Amino acid sequence: MENKNNTNEKPILLLDNVSIRYITGDFKEIGIKEYILRRITRKYHVKEFWADRHITFSINRGDMLGIIGTNGAGKSTLLKAISGIMRPTEGYVEIGGKIAALLELGSGFDGDLTVKENTYLRGAMLGYTKKFMDDTYRDIIAFAELEDYENSAFKHLSSGMKSRLAFSIASLVSPDILILDEVLSVGDGAFRAKSEAKMKSIINGGATTILVSHSIGQVRSMCNKILWLDHGKQIAFGDDVKGICDAYEKYLQTKVLPENIQGAVN
Amino acid sequence: MNKTKKESVVSRFLEHKFLFTELVKRDFKKKYKRTYLGMLWSVLSPLLTLLIMSLVFKQFFGNRTEHYTIYLFCGNIVFSYFSDATNGGMGSLIANSSIFTKVNVPKYLFLFSRNVSSLINFGLTLAVFFIFCIFDGITFTFGFFWLIVPILCLIIFNIGVGLILSALFVFFRDMQYLWSVFTTLLMYMSAIFYTTDSFGAYEKLFLLNPVFVYIKYFRIIVIDNSFPSIQYNLLAIGYALLAFAVGSLFYKKFNHKFLYYV
Repeated sequence: MENKNNTNEKPILLLDNVSIRYITGDFKEIGIKEYILRRITRKYHVKEFWADRHITFSINRGDMLGIIGTNGAGKSTLLKAISGIMRPTEGYVEIGGKIAALLELGSGFDGDLTVKENTYLRGAMLGYTKKFMDDTYRDIIAFAELEDYENSAFKHLSSGMKSRLAFSIASLVSPDILILDEVLSVGDGAFRAKSEAKMKSIINGGATTILVSHSIGQVRSMCNKILWLDHGKQIAFGDDVKGICDAYEKYLQTKVLPENIQGAVN
Repeated sequence: MNKTKKESVVSRFLEHKFLFTELVKRDFKKKYKRTYLGMLWSVLSPLLTLLIMSLVFKQFFGNRTEHYTIYLFCGNIVFSYFSDATNGGMGSLIANSSIFTKVNVPKYLFLFSRNVSSLINFGLTLAVFFIFCIFDGITFTFGFFWLIVPILCLIIFNIGVGLILSALFVFFRDMQYLWSVFTTLLMYMSAIFYTTDSFGAYEKLFLLNPVFVYIKYFRIIVIDNSFPSIQYNLLAIGYALLAFAVGSLFYKKFNHKFLYYV
């Protein structure tokens, strides 16, 4: 706390020349027998490709970074590297605080366990303490409007209820860096509004946020920095939100990548 | 350098202590599917196996080994713990892949928590085992405390083998069939229902089998009421540490590759 000024100047997140090589191919869900057979018959194909290539940027405390790009641009892979789930093949990621990644909220629950048990398990996964869960459990259930289902098996919930619960648990995070992958709002009608308000209050609470969204309008209105990825390449990065978003929308129509844009890395 | 590395592994584990306890609870609940008979069943099942084996080998084959029921029981509890922990632990990474592809958690937690349920199971059968010892007229001595050595070795050995298997299982999905064939083979080679003295010069070859080493450790203490030699202790501990070291190396090497295979 003493050198607060110091930490303010230092970027809270820094990616230096980060490249991630991804492999896909025939190696998934095969057995030893098949592996050997395919090796012998030369039908064993593994494709390597760079999901992200030479990504370099940094953001400071309080920034709200929007990552844009079409499908397969390498956004999700990059988020996995930032949250530590994946290790970059080259380059490095430097993080100056606690990080919480809310990726694909709906999965990872256990259908056989009750709602209560799943709530605790998910809380533990997100790094909450037991005491914190004991204290906030009632609020979570109330926010998700699942008071009548606490002891039912999770598999008996409707998908709307599941995502409500997932959101309610996740929305209690208080990280230094918050990563949101299309989870700004979930559920239907009333809950959608409620969850969006909750998310906004977390973002406004001062957390540095990284937002991946397909809604360019959302990115325009909320973010102060933009990273544009295309097929793993960094097309643009910078605080010229309007300029980059305009260029991106133009690209979506013309399919021609712009030249001489802020923060491009070749 | 090494020291800081080691500390960070420990602190990372402590950081996830709450997750670990929740995983243990989950595995335990799922295993027994919320029924009390389920837990009773895990004690009954080895007892029934024991009953059958005891009948077959004592009555039909006329085995006259002293304390034969206890002799069988030693083999059975050690082997079922090994078999349960390794066969169950093998799938622990795959079963939890939806978690570790989304949250940054130490992946060995899933294996450890699965091993805890197996250990609890083992503890229950061990209690029944001691009751049987009383019925069979075996006197309890302070020497019984030495059982802690083979038990600790088994825990570490099972985790080590589980680390190797769970990593392999991510890459090769037919590991479970191969391993179950191998465990059956190993069972017949672990001298569970026969004695090894008839093998003469080849008897020493049994010591190559770690599971046999742990079974025999139990028998030396419980039935022979004596202590294994220092060399024997070193062998038992050596197997456990070796399995654990190899397993840890596997995880260290493949830790960041698992993600691509699930």
